[in-house]
Amino acid sequence: MTAIADRPTTIFRRPTAETGFWSWITSVDHKKVGIMYGYTAFIFFIVGGLEALLLRIHLASAESNFLSAADYNGLFTTHAVTMIFLVVMPMSAAFMNYLIPLMIGARDVAFPRLNALSYWIFLFGGIFLYSGLLFSGITAPTGVAGIPGNLDPTDTRSFGALPDGGWFMYQPNAGADFSPSTSLDFAVIGLQILGIASLISSVNFIVTFFNLRAKGMRLLRVPVFIWMTLVVAFLLLFSLPIIAIALFMVMFDRQFGTLFFDATAGGDPILWQHLFWLFGHPEVYILILPAMGIVSEILPVFSRKPLFGYAAIVFAGAAIGFLGFGVWAHHMFASGITTVAQAGFGLTTMTIAIPTGVKIFNWLGTMWLGRIKLKTPMLFAIGFIAMFTIGGLSGVTHSVVPSDWQQTDTYYIVAHFHYVLFGGSILGIFGGLYYWFPKLTGRMMNDRIGKVHFWLWFIGFNMTFAPMHWLGLQGMIRRTWRYDPSLEFWNQIVSVGAFVIAIGLLVFIYNFWTSKRRGEIAGMDPWDARTLEWAIPNPTPAHNFSVVPTVHTLDDFWHQKYDEDEEGRPVRKKEADDHVAHLGEIGNHPPVPVHLPNPSYFPVVMAAGLPLIGYGIIFHTSALGKALIVVGVLISLVALIGWGAEPLEEPHSPLAGAH
Amino acid sequence: MMPPVARSRLLRLLQLAALGLTLGACSVIGIPDSPLNSLDPKGPFAERIDNLFWPVFWIATGVFVLVEGAVLVAAIVFRDRKDRKEPRQIHGNNKLEILWTVIPAAILASIAVPTFQAVFELTECGEGAYPVEIIGHQWWFEYRYPAESIETANVLVIPAGREVCASMTSEDVIHNYWVPALNGKRYLVPGQTTLLRLQADEPGVYWGQCAEFCGLSHSLMRAQVRAVTEAEFSDWVAAQQAPPATPAEGTPAGAGLEVFLNRGCTQCHNIDTINEIEQGAFNGPDLTHFMDRGVIAGAYKEYSVDNLKTWLANPPKEKPGSYMPNLGLTQQEIDDLAAFLETLT
Repeated sequence: MTAIADRPTTIFRRPTAETGFWSWITSVDHKKVGIMYGYTAFIFFIVGGLEALLLRIHLASAESNFLSAADYNGLFTTHAVTMIFLVVMPMSAAFMNYLIPLMIGARDVAFPRLNALSYWIFLFGGIFLYSGLLFSGITAPTGVAGIPGNLDPTDTRSFGALPDGGWFMYQPNAGADFSPSTSLDFAVIGLQILGIASLISSVNFIVTFFNLRAKGMRLLRVPVFIWMTLVVAFLLLFSLPIIAIALFMVMFDRQFGTLFFDATAGGDPILWQHLFWLFGHPEVYILILPAMGIVSEILPVFSRKPLFGYAAIVFAGAAIGFLGFGVWAHHMFASGITTVAQAGFGLTTMTIAIPTGVKIFNWLGTMWLGRIKLKTPMLFAIGFIAMFTIGGLSGVTHSVVPSDWQQTDTYYIVAHFHYVLFGGSILGIFGGLYYWFPKLTGRMMNDRIGKVHFWLWFIGFNMTFAPMHWLGLQGMIRRTWRYDPSLEFWNQIVSVGAFVIAIGLLVFIYNFWTSKRRGEIAGMDPWDARTLEWAIPNPTPAHNFSVVPTVHTLDDFWHQKYDEDEEGRPVRKKEADDHVAHLGEIGNHPPVPVHLPNPSYFPVVMAAGLPLIGYGIIFHTSALGKALIVVGVLISLVALIGWGAEPLEEPHSPLAGAH
Repeated sequence: MMPPVARSRLLRLLQLAALGLTLGACSVIGIPDSPLNSLDPKGPFAERIDNLFWPVFWIATGVFVLVEGAVLVAAIVFRDRKDRKEPRQIHGNNKLEILWTVIPAAILASIAVPTFQAVFELTECGEGAYPVEIIGHQWWFEYRYPAESIETANVLVIPAGREVCASMTSEDVIHNYWVPALNGKRYLVPGQTTLLRLQADEPGVYWGQCAEFCGLSHSLMRAQVRAVTEAEFSDWVAAQQAPPATPAEGTPAGAGLEVFLNRGCTQCHNIDTINEIEQGAFNGPDLTHFMDRGVIAGAYKEYSVDNLKTWLANPPKEKPGSYMPNLGLTQQEIDDLAAFLETLT
């Protein structure tokens, strides 16, 4: 302690809290950062879910006035933005943060403070996005000739409006003339801020992957989940700059009078769509690949067999990543792009089904001839395969271009991507939560309640999204505030289904809450698992590994416990139990003290500057706005300098295991 | 193994779900198809798409049954039991990998070929197709017949059995023209022209809808295509080209004309021989043959005197964001104006 005080302070004294509020704020520990990502994303999940429920209450009748058109548009926009950028992405990031070092045998990610920075930027970006509610009201569009549109005269709110241009923000509808409310600026700049967070993570994870793998962990010994995070990190690295540029163009159009997307001035509205989907389609794989990785970890453990076709699954994931950049215009088959382009993008879209199929077949191969233990994580993983397959098949129908001309912009599409994003990503992520819960807490989730949760979701999910295929084919368009009364029956089923999902979520929250406090103690290796993160105690000690492991094979931990007999069946080694107990003992009491990165104030301070700059840009015409930009830049700059002057580890900092 | 309590609970849950499904299925019988049903083609282009959709649908269903069946079989047959031996540790099988790469690729190739054929056939208008122009506005469709100098709105009248080539653009934001019975969707993009082929085999009314999110009243931006016989079409063209009758003074319709001329309607609406809005001024639907259409307010309401009067009383209340403001008309003015509009046959 004295050593820290002795060093000349740069801007802030080094934080020293090891427990409590400040230990979280200043933490650079990948596990704490991961947990914060998880909780934050979960809160947004509840918010996004409530938005969905409001939409479904409204849509339970064809001529409903439960929501005004403006609020309806705001809610479907925010529901999408929330679920994509504030739920599925950060929930995946939570797993990546927590698990990458554990699964590759490292003590932390390559840049621990950058990791904390990306979390804080994400949190502030999310809050910034929603803070638009406080500052913006319903505003009528001014239209083509500057003639204002008219709103319900009873709705003269000066605050409380949500961004209403759709998450895809098609121009010029989401431009200044047709969406003048500042609520949309909060979405534009909020997404920009969130993008910075993801970009920082992606660089961090890529460097971690290539540099911090344990000795002996060759590329084809890396767990599939980690492989998928690498693919995702590269997708982020190459796709985020595109949307950053596009969002800057929109921001300049909206704030500073440029005309990138204004057709009357020679701008091109379709350019926005190309840029948006050139990011937006890789984004789809950013959302699904982590869940595919999670499922690839769960299936072998609960089938008691190695992953079938490990290398094929890894290469298929990488192939999906590459192909993901070549299919964007299938979102625009109706936009009037050339015939050749339509045929070409139809073809690339079809090819992406091949690696996806390879994955599904290999997962089935993993289960086949196994000894399947239907614990909750496994149920979610199987549910993932079953539901994702439906989403994949409806996806193939989109590649049949003329067919897509009929189905695009209808509920058929809504059904499709919810089968991928809920039936896929969310089921995968929750399977992962049940699976790694003991890793986080040292306790088990209640399996029986977990199964109730699963079945509620499975039934509720299909009630909600299966009828949407039919509704879409019957001509119910997306983003529709009103619909034809003949579609009312199935819409009511859908709305009931949404509430079944909500009840399932409540069951999960109850389970999580009680299991965290009173759940069965997990002990070492509760699932008889295969990968390195289970070779250390539960919950994970602060320093991860007392002795950095050396890896000899894929699924190294499994092979420490099992031999194979002449038939190729696993036989537990005699010394396995002692070995695992020893790992637990040594894991909590490192033989040699371990240096850990010290906590720091600078990530959170640096992140705090960004939303201020954002507010400043939105209100740049006022003196306050200009001042906010200056203050925001100064705060981030000061933090940058302080950060640079502060070493990652204090030379004589407290050592884990020494206390 | 699941504890018995959970299993019986699960069973009850499943029973309930099955009951719900059965009840649902029963009440579904008797639900009419939506007017925008995309599975009921009424012209060659929609038919072409339909013929492509169903084979793909059945292939997908086959794969669905296969994969979901395998999932179920695996989860049931290979479920852990006391007497089950530890499984052999199989790491993969290269032959299988090749097989389940090549077979899907072959299936997809067999889908790709007819897809390409259809794309190339359907995007370019045929020679001699009857030309119309469709212009998107927030939140209604304008139709022009350049060969006949006709401007109208909400209802596109076409000759049945003949191909119509619509060249489309938008005056404000991106819209998407969709009449499912006649063809798929195509955007209307400001500053660009897109083409859409339409053809109805039989005379009839075919509903459409703007399918791309275009602002507050997106859901109320409907379209109607009315296909008529060639003879009826010629009559219609002649009727459209004729000027409307001017109402006599002293009648309610005459009073309505005064309302039309003096309460701001003429800023946006054109009626041939009565007023001429300036080119480039804000554009509302041409009202010359208003009564021909049978729909009002962007085709989302059927025409009736009551619907018309409700609309005139407060357009933004009927259609959020509407550029037609509440003009604060008195009930008398509304009655007169409606009487006048009814003369515009």
